[in-house]
Amino acid sequence: MSGTPLLELRAVAKSFGGVAALKGVDFTLDAGEIHALVGENGAGKSTLMKIIAGVHASYQGEMRLAGDVVRFRSARDAREAGIGMVHQELAIVPTLSVAENVLLGMQPRNRLGFIDWPAMIAIAGRHLENLGLIVDPRAEMASLPLGMQQLIEIARVLFSGARLIILDEPTSALSPPEITRLFALLERLRAEGRSFIFISHFLDDVLAICDRVTVFRNGAKAAGARVAEIDKAWLIEHMIGAGHHELEESYLGEIQLRGPEGEAADAPVVLAAEGLGLGGAFQDVSFIVRAGEVLGIYGFMGSGQLDLPRAIFGKTPPEHGILRIDGRPVRLRNTTSACRAGLAFVPESRRSMLFALEPLYKNMSISVLDRLARLWLKPKREREIARGHITQLSIRPPFPDRPLGTLSGGNQQKVALAKWLTFRPKVLMLSEPTRGMDVGAKEDVVRIVRRLRNEGLAIIVASTEPETVLSLADRILVMRKGRIAREFANETVSKDRLLAAA
Amino acid sequence: MSKERGALAPTTVPAARPGKRRQWLRLRLRNIAPFATLMFLVALFAAASPSFLSLDNLANILQQISVTGIMAVGLTFVILCAEIDLGVASVANATGIILAFFTAQDASVNIANLPLPGVVAIGLAVFGSFCLGAVNAFGITWIGIPSFIMTLAMLQIGAGICAMLVRGQIAYAVPKVIATLGNGGLGPVPWIVIVAALVLALAHIVLTYTRFGRYVYMVGGNREAAEYSGVNVRAVIAAVMIISALCSGLAGMLGVAHFGSAQQDEFDNYLLDSISAVVVGGTSLFGGQGGIGNTLVGLFVLGVLNNGLDHVNIDSFLKILIRGLILLAALIINVYAQRLKGQPEAGEI
Repeated sequence: MSGTPLLELRAVAKSFGGVAALKGVDFTLDAGEIHALVGENGAGKSTLMKIIAGVHASYQGEMRLAGDVVRFRSARDAREAGIGMVHQELAIVPTLSVAENVLLGMQPRNRLGFIDWPAMIAIAGRHLENLGLIVDPRAEMASLPLGMQQLIEIARVLFSGARLIILDEPTSALSPPEITRLFALLERLRAEGRSFIFISHFLDDVLAICDRVTVFRNGAKAAGARVAEIDKAWLIEHMIGAGHHELEESYLGEIQLRGPEGEAADAPVVLAAEGLGLGGAFQDVSFIVRAGEVLGIYGFMGSGQLDLPRAIFGKTPPEHGILRIDGRPVRLRNTTSACRAGLAFVPESRRSMLFALEPLYKNMSISVLDRLARLWLKPKREREIARGHITQLSIRPPFPDRPLGTLSGGNQQKVALAKWLTFRPKVLMLSEPTRGMDVGAKEDVVRIVRRLRNEGLAIIVASTEPETVLSLADRILVMRKGRIAREFANETVSKDRLLAAA
Repeated sequence: MSKERGALAPTTVPAARPGKRRQWLRLRLRNIAPFATLMFLVALFAAASPSFLSLDNLANILQQISVTGIMAVGLTFVILCAEIDLGVASVANATGIILAFFTAQDASVNIANLPLPGVVAIGLAVFGSFCLGAVNAFGITWIGIPSFIMTLAMLQIGAGICAMLVRGQIAYAVPKVIATLGNGGLGPVPWIVIVAALVLALAHIVLTYTRFGRYVYMVGGNREAAEYSGVNVRAVIAAVMIISALCSGLAGMLGVAHFGSAQQDEFDNYLLDSISAVVVGGTSLFGGQGGIGNTLVGLFVLGVLNNGLDHVNIDSFLKILIRGLILLAALIINVYAQRLKGQPEAGEI
């Protein structure tokens, strides 16, 4: 590290209503560096990013950009200083063309004040070509694959003059070839002297592309190192602290899928799907799930594995095929009939499962209210049940009357699970149960799912993250373009083999 | 690092207390603001006019807000579900006219009506309002028409029914029970006030203590989450639209009796009044927050305002403008309260 760093933070601290989110953090970023930020959820990464990007204007400590002390009062201030941010959920306009997206807000105008289309397409085309992106600037954004959309968003941020770009989980939705392309672009920009802060839960990606890494834990910097000098085990150890071995194997090595042995082999089939199909989402999907089994369904984004549980749960019912529960064919018209049939589902987005302003106990009781109460509510019983879940799943803080929105992401996820545990469902379906979670919270989820499996529940776990499926499943289906491409059962499987099959 | 942490502790700890009080206020802005407005208006008019703060005038105000109150109850259900019903006044008018249409009228009334026994006439009127609500429910939940547009059509349909049935004439007679409820009293207390109070109380009980009431709040709080929790969202929304139409129907029947006549366009002011009552009271326009208590305060704010402005001898045209400004202020507070509550401390969802 020679000369002045591009960005330097000294003793930056921030608290929300008395709770410290950042406890005096130092951080430096050099020009032409890709610096990874890893850590559990709630470790302070996103708070730090929001301070750098000008979203949080009030904080303690000092921030220097190229040696000068700066204090951004808004996101616009930060943008003007050359700091750009690419969020996990892309800030693109899908209905506009590529060129319009790249030049968003900076479209060239002709003498009449209208948008100068030929100039815009030419400028965007040149800019994209310089970045080595081969794409028609006239194409509609929505028609492009997600990976390309992300690269174009980076192009847009660059075009707006950013020299420091914060990438929030840039690889989480990308397929391996798309990740390769992203990394090629990042390397090229690094060589030009641009700097990146790379926030990711994907440790392999961190090791593959970054120069340095800073590990956050509990609002403080836990460790920092050059990436060349460390390995994955080092990262995991510093992220979660010592002594969490259950997860490490799914991150590191090969997994032996638990074969059908003893009683488990002839456990009754709880859910059987025959030839399920829904529009362009998935076709001809057949599988069974036995009691006491976790079926993992893995696939890249858009392979249909996330549409499948949603369809089975009656949100968008399948158009073709037969669904049997305990051998009997069922027709599920809506989510209410799915619940009555004994199905339970936790969707990939917590937002679509939980009520932020309502207290915990109402969040937990809503899905079983028809069995708790006929006409009159029984709030005492609801709170009692909530307290039971809170103890069992160690939800923090442990108050049933706390509004849900005040809990951390991991605890919210536990509440989303708890909703279904008051009365045992027959089948529990989880979409992306650990997405965006820190290692510690992931481990909690793994433990809860294993316990439920051992109690005889049939469980389906659908995910785009190989680690999630590997750490949870007894048997794995891989989906590709809406069809089941391969089944892994009773054999060893690794992340590589899973990716190769998808 | 521990050094910085130590240095920071003194600044963060004392800040926590006033912060907590501010947060408490922040989360209750929705309930405090309307009540403060009411107190302010009462104090203002009491100071400006000696005749305002009397028992007689309180009785006046209560009578004046009763019809609006019954309508506002239905609207409270609808708005809690994050929907809207622009047809309330129109449905009320139509129901009142249906009632009169099936009642024997004086010979001087030139309407081709169909006299039936009072109970049947009431039954048909109630059924009529139920049907109008069911049409709303069908359009919104099955066809998928946004409630704003669907009920705008219903506003027109209701007006059409009124026009067809009375053809520009005025009917006066309604069945005896309704006439008593609309115009009579139990001792010194007018029946219409008692009915309004009962409807408000019943609605409060339903919303607060029953499973259906919880579903209404949860559907309004996060419709998608309610659906993913197995709540039959369509059925809940259909139900609130029908409840709204039935409340309007009741308000319409009593209103016709209260005013002493049934004619076209006689409820036109009530759409704005009932929506104002719900919103001024602090029920969130985004659904899920608020309730009958809020609506009650909102009703009194409007009632006191309308009545008080009469007492202080103000230009009646200026009155309209003042009401508009009060509504605007209430809307600003409503949206602001939602934003404050929507950003819980450090929590993210």
